[in-house]
This record gives sequence, C-alpha cells and structure tokens, in this order.
Amino acid sequence: MEISEKEFLAPGHRGCAGCGATIGVRLALKVLGKNTVAVSATGCLEIITSPYPETAWEIPWIHLAFENSAAVASGVERALKALGKDDTTVVTFAGDGGTADIGLQALSGAMERGHNIIYICYDNEAYMNTGVQRSGATPYGASTTTSPHGKESFGEDRPKKNIPMIMAAHGVPYVATASISYPEDFMKKVQKAKETEGPAYIHLSQPCTTGWGYDPSKTIEMGRMAVESGSWILYEIVDGHFRVTYRPMQRKLVDEYLNAQKRFKHLTDEERQRIQSHVDAVCAELKI
Amino acid sequence: MVLKVISTNMAVAEAVKLAKPLVVPVYPITPQTSISEYLAQFVADGELKAEYIRVESEHSAISAAVGASGTGVRVFTATSSQGMALMHEIIFAAAGLRNPIVLVDANRALSAPLSIWNDQQDTISERDSGWLQIYAENGQEALDSVLISYRVSEDNEVLLPCMVCLDGFILTHTVEPVDIPNSEDADKFLPPYKPEHAFLDPERPMSLGAFTDPDYYMDARHDMELAMERSKKVIEKAHQEFADIFGREYGLVEKYKCKDAETILVAMGSICSTIKDVIDDLRSQGEKVGLLRVRVFRPFPRDEIREALEGASQVAVLDKNISFGVGGVLYNNIKAKMDVNAYGFIVGLGGRDITPKHIIEIINKTKNPITDVQWIGLREEEI
Repeated sequence: MEISEKEFLAPGHRGCAGCGATIGVRLALKVLGKNTVAVSATGCLEIITSPYPETAWEIPWIHLAFENSAAVASGVERALKALGKDDTTVVTFAGDGGTADIGLQALSGAMERGHNIIYICYDNEAYMNTGVQRSGATPYGASTTTSPHGKESFGEDRPKKNIPMIMAAHGVPYVATASISYPEDFMKKVQKAKETEGPAYIHLSQPCTTGWGYDPSKTIEMGRMAVESGSWILYEIVDGHFRVTYRPMQRKLVDEYLNAQKRFKHLTDEERQRIQSHVDAVCAELKI
Repeated sequence: MVLKVISTNMAVAEAVKLAKPLVVPVYPITPQTSISEYLAQFVADGELKAEYIRVESEHSAISAAVGASGTGVRVFTATSSQGMALMHEIIFAAAGLRNPIVLVDANRALSAPLSIWNDQQDTISERDSGWLQIYAENGQEALDSVLISYRVSEDNEVLLPCMVCLDGFILTHTVEPVDIPNSEDADKFLPPYKPEHAFLDPERPMSLGAFTDPDYYMDARHDMELAMERSKKVIEKAHQEFADIFGREYGLVEKYKCKDAETILVAMGSICSTIKDVIDDLRSQGEKVGLLRVRVFRPFPRDEIREALEGASQVAVLDKNISFGVGGVLYNNIKAKMDVNAYGFIVGLGGRDITPKHIIEIINKTKNPITDVQWIGLREEEI
C-alpha cells in the first residue's frame, strides 16, 4: 500500500507523547486528502489541536460541542451538497464518550438519515480529556477515576458497549473496527469508507498512555497486544456482510495485555480468568 | 405581491420560500409544527430548493444549522418552548461562532407544569445568548421580519443570528390577510448569501470553534457586544430599505398614541393589538394613554424607549415571563437603563387570557400603585 507523505495534521499540537488519537487522525487524513472537511466532538483531540490562535488542522475543521458532532457533520454534508460540492469528503472524529455515551442520539440520527459522512470514533476507553472517567466503552475490570477499584470494587463492572454492532443494526453500508497499530488495515478501511455512498462508521482502537498507564514509547505495542490477544478484533461489515480482516497467527494470552497496563493491575486471578473466558468465547465464534 | 388569507405559520413558510435558505434542519414541536410541515411540502413540491434535514431532536436541528451555516450557506430553522430549551447550549455557541442563522420560535411556556400554550419565557430565557430578538405583532410582520432578519444577521457589521418570536397559537395559528411579496422584490431586498467571513472551504482551510484560554475568550464576547450595538443602525437601514421596496414601515419600537400620553403601557408581541383597541376606547373617553411596543428586544433599544417614555407620568410594563423575585425581564431591563416611574405586570403565563378588562385593570393599578410588580389574572382574583 502506498502511503502519502503529505500531512494534514501539523506537528506542534498539545497531544501527550505517545498519543494514539493523533496517530489515527494523521493516518486517516493521508487517505482522505485535501478535499476534506473535518468535524470534531469536544474531547482530547479537539482541545490539543485547536488552542486559539493556533491550529494543527490543515484542512477545514469545525468543532461545536460534545454530543452533536454527527449532527454538525449532517449540516456540513447537506450544505456542501447544496453548493454542488458533493466530491468533498466529510469526516467526523469523536472520542468514545462523544460516541457511545453523550453523542449516541445524534450519531444514530445521522446514520439512520443516510448522510454521506465518515464517522471515526477514536476509542481510548474512557473520558481521557478530563482525567480518565469511565465511559460506556470502558472495558470490564478497568479502574478509572469514576469506576475505581477498592475494597468493595474491582473497577468497571459492565462490559464494553458494542457500538460498531449498534451501527451495523442501523443498516449503515460500511462499518469497521480498526487499530492504530495496524495502519494498513485501518487506512484501507478509511479508503473503503471514502468510496462508500452513504454513511460509514469506523471504530478505531487507540491506546492512551495516561489513561491506560503505560510508557509513552509503548503505544503501538499496546494496540498490537489488544489485537494479538483477541481483546480487540479487526473486522468490517460491508452491506451487512461480516468479515474478520486480521487473524493473529497465534493468539496471545489476555493476561499479557492486562499486565502491561496500570488500569488492570489490581485484577485478581479469578477476574482475569473471567476476561480470558469471555475473549475465548468471542474468538471461538469468529474462528480466531 | 399577492394578498393571501393564511395563518402566521404559513406566512413564515412563505417568507422562508422567499429567503431561499439552502439548508433547513427542523424538528416539529407544538405550536411550531405546521411551519415544519409547510416547508417539507414546499421542498416536496419543488417550490423551495433546499436540503430539508429531518433531524432527531432540536439539539441536532440547531447543531446541523451551525454546521451548514459554517459551510457558508443560508440556513433556516424553527422551534418552540422545550425545543428552544433543548437547543440552549448551541444557541449560545451559534452566536459565538457568529453564524447568521434565522430561527422562528412559536413562543410557548416552559415545563413544569407542562403547557403547550403561550407565554414568552422560552425566548426571553435566551436573551443573553447573543441572538437578535424580534417580537412580531401579526402575520404580516412575522413574514416581513424573517426577510429583515436575514438582511441584518448576514450584514458583516453584525454576523449574529436572529430569532423571530411569535406568540404560540395566539399569533402562529391566527388566520389573517397577508401580503406575499413577489420573488423579484424579495431578491432585491435580500440577495443571495455570500459569506466573507470564516467558513469551511478546502481551498481556504480554516478552523472554526477553537478552544480559547483567558487571553482571548473575553475579547470574543466583547466583540459580540459591539456587533449587537452596531446592529441597531443596520436594522434601521434594513427597515428603511424594506419600506422603500414594500411600503411597510417598522422601527426598533412602535409608538402608539404616546405623544401626549400620561400613562404609557410597554409590551411585546400579539398582546399589543388588544392594548391598541383598549387605548382607542380610552382615548375616545379623553384618557391620555399610549402604547410603546418593543418590536426589537435584542439589541435593546434603550435610547428609543427612553425617548418615548420621557413625557409619561407613569409607565406599565407587561411581561409574559417571570424572573422570580424581580419581576418580568422587559420591566427589569427598562428599570436598569432609565429613570422612569415604571411598574411591572406579569401576564398571560401558560396561555392565561389577557382581555381588555385586564388592560384597564393594569392602567388603574399603574395610576394607583401598591407594589412594583403585580401578577394579573390569577385564578383567585377571577373566581
């Protein structure tokens, strides 16, 4: 796969060393190119890329609020259509909180209406911008500042909300999961999303050094461990047809992935086994 | 020009057809609903060439409106009451982003208790948002105000959104003869929107909706204050040009028999028609009463109000809203900006009827004041 050297997200933004979100945006924009309008929900990405009077965005970009990025994108897309600029791509970048929680209604509306937009959820599995509070996308067992482990708690006690499948249930023509640690897989999916007539949804797994608790040099490695252990599965659903796009040669133990992160450190053997069994069951069904 | 006997909501839809917005995101709510229906039909029949977005909430209606306006096109939306309250967050953001959106609100009470009937609490509660606010008295003025709003909002001296406020049911559903301007005249008054400020264009990339620290935020808000102040002249100019083309005259305020009036009532919206009837009756009996109708509430026409009230011995300010503990908001704004002998009256909340009898009661209470703020038409007084 040929990867453009041109960057549309400038360096010098305020992201943490090892930030996974900005890697995802850089890769996506390399595929989407200059003729693109980006919409952001409030969140890490928005804050670190737009400190007035500076901006990291080298394409037109708009941010309005936390819960409405899909509605804003709907308005942008229809305005471009009315102006005869149908060839301009509209892409939304929203975090897991802005997608799975507060932004779900606007997202559902936009997807159901069939707007020609690409919605990329950069999922770091908690509200990282405000200091690691639990979101609907926080995985079972993770300790966050609002689902902390303690004498009476093992951390988050609910499984991760399955947003890609909720999007698939809307009949969205292109739905995919991806990881920043598998750039070719992700970029191919962005390309397919761009070519899709109508809405496309990509759920991008993106490790977060501060929220997950690992060394900033390990971001890509952490993303790989998630996929290689079967904790995060790379697939796409094209017009309703499900296909796994990457299968680990030999699936690693979930424990390796859990042990590498502070947020899971507190888990007991019993809880770790419960997580492993869940991953095994999902993988067995998908023959991973 | 065609004279049609139509409801005010239809007059609004006709105005929108003439204004030719390219994007119309709307969510239906009583009593705004027929505006969204008429516009949907116009689009279905090809009479309005616009992208009509059937959004899933008012929050998304105004969010899509900001997205479309930010892309550089003319946008229209409409709402009421709970819908306006749901929009609240983005109402402020739309003004801060300087999007010249025009919104029609069918004024309706806010819950709880739930009510679908009229008062003006919904838009009055958005008075500090940075939107211009026009309160129309009749269907003709509603139509004209939509066109005037676009002219003013899109002016580079202003670039603030505008809401046209219409009393729910009382005005929105009243059927009256309305002059529908012809398309050529409307185009002459309101040419197509050509944004010169920030908008989303890949040929000219810009970032909209940035994050600011304390070094910048306050100045951005101050710029809005200056634009709001400048908008008065822009509105007056638009009124003049409107009169030149269509022959109908409007002002920031309307003075009705104020000149030698000893008692002046101040009010906004459809109630003013009732008040004018009462004044005509009382004038025929030799009583020196007048009405000052505040048509434009934001920007606040303090100089025009002060000048109109100058000669009055006493002033009664009628508010269809309540700021608990201090009275109505129009009353408080007047008291804050000028030295007048004014008394506040809370009327018509949640659709409570305001009859000529109540207007006379208000005039009498103003001449013989007991307290500064009084509620008129409460159940115990009526029974």
